[in-house]
Amino acid sequence: MAGGAANALTMSITRDEVAKIASLARIRMGDDALDSMVPELNNILDWVEQLGEVDVTGVEPMTAVIPNTLRLREDEVDAIPQTAGGRREDVLANAPAAEHGFFGVPKVIE
Amino acid sequence: MSEYRIQGATGEWEVVIGLEVHAQVTSAAKLFSGASTAFGAEPNSQVSLVDAAMPGMLPVPNRECIRQAVRTGMAIEAQINRYSRFDRKNYFYADLPQGYQISQLYHPIVGEGQLLIEADEKAGIAQDKIIGIERIHVEQDAGKLMHDQHPTMSYVDLNRSGVALMEIVSRPDMRSPAEAGAYVRKLRAILRYVGSCDGNMEEGSMRADVNVSVRKPGEEFGTRTETKNVNSVRFVMQVIEYEANRQVDVLENGGTVDQETRLFDPGTGTTRTMRSKEDAHDYRYFPDPDLLPLELEESFLDECRASLPELPDAKRRRYESELGLTPYNARELTAEVETYARFETLLGAVAAKIGKPEAEVATQTANWALSVAPGVMKSLGDEADPANATAEAQASILAMQDKGEISGGQAKEIYEIVLKTGRDPEEIADAEGLKQVSDTGAIEEAVDAIIAANQDKVEQYRGGKDKLFGFFVGQTMKAMQGKANPAVVNQILKDRLG
Amino acid sequence: MTDLTELGVKALRDGIATGDFTAREAAEAFNAAVEQASALNAFIVTTPDHALAAADAIDAKRAKGEDLGKMGGVPIGMKDLFCTDGVQTTAASHILEGFVPRYESTVSQKLWEAGAGMLGKLNLDQFAMGSSNETSYFGNVSSPWRKEGSNAAMSPGGSSGGSSAAVAARIAPAATGTDTGGSIRQPAAFTGITGIKPTYGRCSRWGVVAFASSLDQAGPMARSVEDCAIMLEAMAGFDPKDATSLQMDVPNWEDALDADLKGKRIGIPREYRMDGTDAEILDSWEQGKEWLRDAGAEIVDISLPHTKYALPAYYIIAPAEASSNLARYDGVRYGLRDLPDGAGLQDMYAATRADGFGDEVKRRILIGTYVLSAGFYDAYYTQAQKVRALVAKDFENAWAECDAILAPTTPTASFLLGSLNDDPLTMYLNDVFAVPASLAGLPAMSVPAGLNSDGLPLGLQIVGKPFDEQGVLNAGLAIEQRAGFVAKPEAWWC
Ligand SMILES: [Mg+2]
Ligand SMILES: [Zn+2]
Repeated sequence: MAGGAANALTMSITRDEVAKIASLARIRMGDDALDSMVPELNNILDWVEQLGEVDVTGVEPMTAVIPNTLRLREDEVDAIPQTAGGRREDVLANAPAAEHGFFGVPKVIE
Repeated sequence: MSEYRIQGATGEWEVVIGLEVHAQVTSAAKLFSGASTAFGAEPNSQVSLVDAAMPGMLPVPNRECIRQAVRTGMAIEAQINRYSRFDRKNYFYADLPQGYQISQLYHPIVGEGQLLIEADEKAGIAQDKIIGIERIHVEQDAGKLMHDQHPTMSYVDLNRSGVALMEIVSRPDMRSPAEAGAYVRKLRAILRYVGSCDGNMEEGSMRADVNVSVRKPGEEFGTRTETKNVNSVRFVMQVIEYEANRQVDVLENGGTVDQETRLFDPGTGTTRTMRSKEDAHDYRYFPDPDLLPLELEESFLDECRASLPELPDAKRRRYESELGLTPYNARELTAEVETYARFETLLGAVAAKIGKPEAEVATQTANWALSVAPGVMKSLGDEADPANATAEAQASILAMQDKGEISGGQAKEIYEIVLKTGRDPEEIADAEGLKQVSDTGAIEEAVDAIIAANQDKVEQYRGGKDKLFGFFVGQTMKAMQGKANPAVVNQILKDRLG
Repeated sequence: MTDLTELGVKALRDGIATGDFTAREAAEAFNAAVEQASALNAFIVTTPDHALAAADAIDAKRAKGEDLGKMGGVPIGMKDLFCTDGVQTTAASHILEGFVPRYESTVSQKLWEAGAGMLGKLNLDQFAMGSSNETSYFGNVSSPWRKEGSNAAMSPGGSSGGSSAAVAARIAPAATGTDTGGSIRQPAAFTGITGIKPTYGRCSRWGVVAFASSLDQAGPMARSVEDCAIMLEAMAGFDPKDATSLQMDVPNWEDALDADLKGKRIGIPREYRMDGTDAEILDSWEQGKEWLRDAGAEIVDISLPHTKYALPAYYIIAPAEASSNLARYDGVRYGLRDLPDGAGLQDMYAATRADGFGDEVKRRILIGTYVLSAGFYDAYYTQAQKVRALVAKDFENAWAECDAILAPTTPTASFLLGSLNDDPLTMYLNDVFAVPASLAGLPAMSVPAGLNSDGLPLGLQIVGKPFDEQGVLNAGLAIEQRAGFVAKPEAWWC
């Protein structure tokens, strides 16, 4: 076992936790859906627990798949048409509710 | 001035303040897309497919935004991290199209730095104080929600979505509203010196999240609240005042302060719980897999360093040590970019015109720039055309004064005409007779006549009544209709009276 | 005239260029085949007009003597994960039903610029999550293949199952696929076609609906190695709109194809001999070694010690990225909005996403949300990324001993639709051989190796060094030439 990290991987997920995760992920779940999801998630989580066996001492988590560093672009407005601004029509075209050039959402109270 | 304390029923309370300032990075295009950052456009007109998080869209970072963050970090003497990463901060809100904000949590681009706030008796800051800065990271701004346009809907405008922000996070080192105010003002000055943010708080270019807690002096930190998006120095101070008192009330009535996000209402000067952020957040930060690690090369850092201007503290010290200005003048002249820029242009022009080193004309230029010139401008009101206030014209006036050709009063009169008409100061002095006489012949003539007419006073003066010297000066100036050069008058009187 | 639908990419392109037939004739032949094959459910929408317009443009160019492009006149299928300007793009999800982008993905744009036309948008596992093509909101895709003596519907593999089915059934000469953890190679193996996932960063991800950003790669699926080489050339290339795009020239893979492997060492990873692997799969692997030896290669044993952990690491990393990538489907700017009476904003999100996402997508979003959540991040996500680094290091070490790696593509041949539905874990194991190369971003290809005793295709996988698609294609070609795979499914769908 590879120390502390592995130990955290030995609990199973409860129904309440699944409900909390679903709420974090903004997926409404009824009782039935929760009931069937709990064992499914536990199966998967039990299985991935084996990662805890791997000795990762001194290993850096992978960041770039292929050795490559971040490329920066120049500060130029609308340099590439596909990523330019000024496309209100295109941006709003698929909106379920668009009015006066805005997207509409149910009223938010801050 | 003593330390800032809240007097509660159970004794004194100390306030602990930390600020997270969001400063919009000065750039033409957004952080991850080519859309413009210009302020005030039609809703959703400056939104790219990337900013609207259409399916399959990807971020590509803007070099200028990275550069400005690095330069800002250098300006607060911070550690610049040659390796940094962008992380996703995940949460759902209508102003956040991706469902996450690209920010930097684990490896910010700028590490520990600091900022000096100066003693200011008037503001209640007893002595100079260093405020620690924990980090600066680069992140995306969100869009804007409008709640008052429709009875049942909020409207979403994504023009700001994806604009680059620097989040500048202070240590909880401030202990009074005044210190927090001074910190924001100083930070704003530095950002504007560097040119990394325009500091325009009304347009939202700078907003502060104000973290406030209270404690009995010497005790552990209390639970803090965070009041979001406060957009003026005055409001920052109001939030602290209000929150500190509210928390003391809560604690003294046996309650506990909730760690929560609050909203400031400028109308009432109060804060309240932010309903939309009620549920406990779990932002699930992780490195953005669309973006590789950001690694800065030495040459990039060199360029950032080389392009930094002289910063407020260094400039203020130099004004005192090299230009011989008073601490007050030095501080006033370096507080704002426009002020020092105007001053330095004028100083150069004055020195050139007079033919003396800047240090020798700095004091008179500073006095002119800080009190004389603004006074004239103010007295004229709408009659003055600020465009006429050129460095060249002002330098001419100061040069004439330096040579004794005009008096201080004449300088003001000439400047009035300059501001109203844009005419040339030397031409004005000649045409309007606004010159003092330095011609010794004319002055000698006047002095001789006065001595002749006041022999009794001459005797008294020579007998030791020194104060009468002023009488002779006055009489001479009167005879010369105020246009005589006082120095020449003095010299001639001294010679004649013996 | 020959049946044009029997022709592949190169034969179509060259036939049109030499005037044996017109691009329009080719497009019409495939449009007709597509129309007859609705029983496969390979397409979500068909776009015959797009194919015809592209064909007419090519015919007009030819009349003027202009260059027809790398794919001139070849009509293809487009996986419905690529955004296509003016054509509905759904990722096979209800949540994007009716979404019509006003933009074109870089890869599809490049294909049109190379002279290809579009037959339609191909079905897939919803958001590319699945290995059987049973998670699409628009219904399962049936493989054109069936077990000998059976009429039961088989899986075409997934997630690029519409692509594999269409190419295997000869209703498209080629199709685009995307591969996150095997989604090109596994369906190619299941349907007896070839498919290559290039090095991560070769093909732009711009305009491709994201599943797991650090893994997603587009690639071609076709009936021969040469066709894949041609199409990959058209798809690949640097894109300034994708920060992970490789700033490298696209090699001339087609012209450099060479099945002579003299001087090449092919590694056989001992850890790929796993329990549960079908005996016939192991036999075909042995056969593959023989073929490569015959092509002049030296076969060497290698070790990839962390192979066993690749799949569990993948099932942390991919869902974690997906949970975040799919947060944008919220009912605000496009796609489905479910607004129950009196619902506030957050209720709208929860209702929309509950209604719009399928079960497998929800399952993965929940797993991903969980492994990133406070208190679990290091134990799951950081640990998985460390294991991923070790998996990649295994490959790096292997390259000291070999030039490419040979392995089975899948542990079994295709299975009956519905047979693994209630067991996500067993389903995930389908990709056990495919995922390691995905985690390491390496080019990898599946080529048909023959049929098993049920008459179902089996695939062999070649994994190459970073950027060495040529080495992968060449080894694939050596196998293809020796396997002589000419079997095709009986056209029961017509
Ligand atoms: Mg904050
Ligand atoms: Zn922030």
